[in-house]
Amino acid sequence: MSGPATITELLTVLAARELAGRRVVFAGIGLPTLAAALAELTVAPDIEIIYESGVTGAHPAGLPTTISDSILVTGAEAVLPMPQLFGYVIQGQRIDTGFLGAAQIDRHGSLNSTMIGGSYARPEHRLPGSGGAIEVMAHAREVFVVMRRHTPQTLVDRLDFVTSPAPGSGRQATGGGVTRLITPLGVLTREEDELVLSSVNPGVDIAQVRSATGWPLKVAGTVDDGEPPTAEELRLLREVLDPGRIYLR
Amino acid sequence: MTADRVTTLAGAIATYVKPGMTVALEGFGHLVPSAAAHEIIRQRIGDLTVCRMSCDMMIDQLIAAGCVRGLVSSFIGNSSGGSLHELRRALEGRSDRIVALDEYSHGGMIARYVAGAAKLPFYPIRSYEGSDLPAVNDSIRPVIDPYSGDAVSVVPPLNPDVSIIHAQRADRRGNVQAWGILGVQQDVAFAGRRVIVTVEEIVDDDVIRADPNRTIVPSQIVDAVVECPFGSYPAPVQGYYDRDDAFFREWSQMARAEGGVDRWLDTYVRGTADHEEYLALVGSEVRRKLRVGEALSGPVNYGLHLRPTAARPGADQEVSR
Repeated sequence: MSGPATITELLTVLAARELAGRRVVFAGIGLPTLAAALAELTVAPDIEIIYESGVTGAHPAGLPTTISDSILVTGAEAVLPMPQLFGYVIQGQRIDTGFLGAAQIDRHGSLNSTMIGGSYARPEHRLPGSGGAIEVMAHAREVFVVMRRHTPQTLVDRLDFVTSPAPGSGRQATGGGVTRLITPLGVLTREEDELVLSSVNPGVDIAQVRSATGWPLKVAGTVDDGEPPTAEELRLLREVLDPGRIYLR
Repeated sequence: MTADRVTTLAGAIATYVKPGMTVALEGFGHLVPSAAAHEIIRQRIGDLTVCRMSCDMMIDQLIAAGCVRGLVSSFIGNSSGGSLHELRRALEGRSDRIVALDEYSHGGMIARYVAGAAKLPFYPIRSYEGSDLPAVNDSIRPVIDPYSGDAVSVVPPLNPDVSIIHAQRADRRGNVQAWGILGVQQDVAFAGRRVIVTVEEIVDDDVIRADPNRTIVPSQIVDAVVECPFGSYPAPVQGYYDRDDAFFREWSQMARAEGGVDRWLDTYVRGTADHEEYLALVGSEVRRKLRVGEALSGPVNYGLHLRPTAARPGADQEVSR
C-alpha cells in the first residue's frame, strides 16, 4: 500500500513519537503494540513492552493477535502470573507509561469503558468494563490515551460512568494520570489538572477541535502544527511491522 | 496406585457441579476450560454463579443455555474479537435471560482469588478510590489502614464451590503442570472448595517429578483430573495448538443475531454426545491449521544427590492426605 496515511496510521505514528525516551510501557494489542514497536525502531530503542497477560520482554516471531497469544510467550524474557503482574509490577509502580483506550474521556483524564446511556443496572450500551485499566490508571507514572473518534460524545464534560479515575488528590493511587490524549484531530497534553490542546493534526484548525470537544477546550501557549507521518515512518509501519495489515486495516 | 483421580469429563461435572453453585472457569485467554463449559451445558446445570475474570464466547454460550444466574467478572468483551452479544443482550435488558453482574477490575478479581486461596477475610487494593465501581458494587469497601490511618479499598475473598481450570498435563494423582501464560490458574485452584482440572495429556509420574517447579497445582487440592485434548479450543495451549482467531471473529457476528448462539449450541454442544464428537464436528482441518512446531526449553539440573541415604520404605507411595 502507498498513499496518504490512514487514521490508524496517523494515530500510531503520533503515539510512537510521544514515546520518545520512555522505557517500560504497558500496552494492549493493536495500535499501542504497533506504536511501541515503531517507537523502538525510531525514538525509543530501549523500550520494553509489558502485556496484561504477564509477558515481559516479548520477542514474538510475528504480530500477536491478542495479549494472550502464545506467540508472545515463545522466546520471551519472562512470563509472570497475574497476581505478580498486578501486585508487583503495576501496583508496585514499575510501569513508566501505560496505554489505555476508552469510550469516553473527560478534561481531567478520567475514563469510561463501562457503559453509555441509561443506568448501570440497565445500560443502553454495555461496554467491556475495566479489565486492568483501573490499576494501570492508578499506578502508571503516566498514561497515554488514544481515541479513534474525537467528538463531543467521546471527549465529554461528564462521563456516563467513571471507570478509571484520574489519580488526582486521593490517597490510594500513586500514578501520574493521563499526560497525552491522541485523537484524529490533534494531541492534548496535560497542564495543571486539565488536558489542553498542544498540537493539531495536518489540515485541522483549532476552532474545529474546540467544536468537537465536549468541554470548553483550553489551548496551550503555543499550538504546534502536527507533522504528518514521514515516508520512513509509513514505510516501517507498512513494510516492516504490519505488512499483513492485521492492525492497519 | 493409592490416589487415582482420573475420571471422565461427564463424570467430573456430574459429580461436582450442582445447580445453584458458584463455579469458577479460569484461563486468561490461554488454558481455557472450554470443553468443561460445554459439558455443563450438555448436563443442563442451571442457576450457576460463574466466575471468570476475562469473559469470552464461553460466557455467551452458558448464558444462552440458561446455565447462568450470576456472573463475577472484570472484563466482559470478547478479547480482540468484538462484543459478547448474548451477554450484552442480557445486561441491556433485551433478552429473557437475567444475569446479575458482580463487577470488579482485574486487580480486584485477582485479589479476591488470592484472599480466597489464603483464607483471608479481605484483601486490600489501592485502586478503587474515585471510581464509580464501588458505588454500584457494595462488596468493594474502604477500610482504615491501621498503620498509616489512610483509607484503603478492600475486596472479599472468593471461594468458588468448584474451580475448573485447563492445563497442559498432569499425572494420575492430579499434580498439574502448566507453562506459558498462567493467569490465575494456581490461585483459583487453591481458592476452590473442589477442583476439576482438564489437561491435554495425562503423563507418567516420572515426567512430573523430573521438573517439580513446573507443577502449579499439587495433587492434594485436586478432586478430578480429566484427559481432554483440545479442551481449551478455540483458545490456545502453549506448545500444543494455536488460537482459532477466525472463530473468535466469527463468534461476534454469529452471536449478534438473536437466537444465533442457541442454534450454534443445538448443533455443536447439545447436538454432540461429548467433547470428541464436538471436535469431530469442528473438523480435523481446523485442528491441522492450529498446529505448532517445537520450541523446547533447555533442561535444568535438579541435582542427583550423591550423599549416602537410608532406604526409604514405601517411597513410591503417596503420603496419606
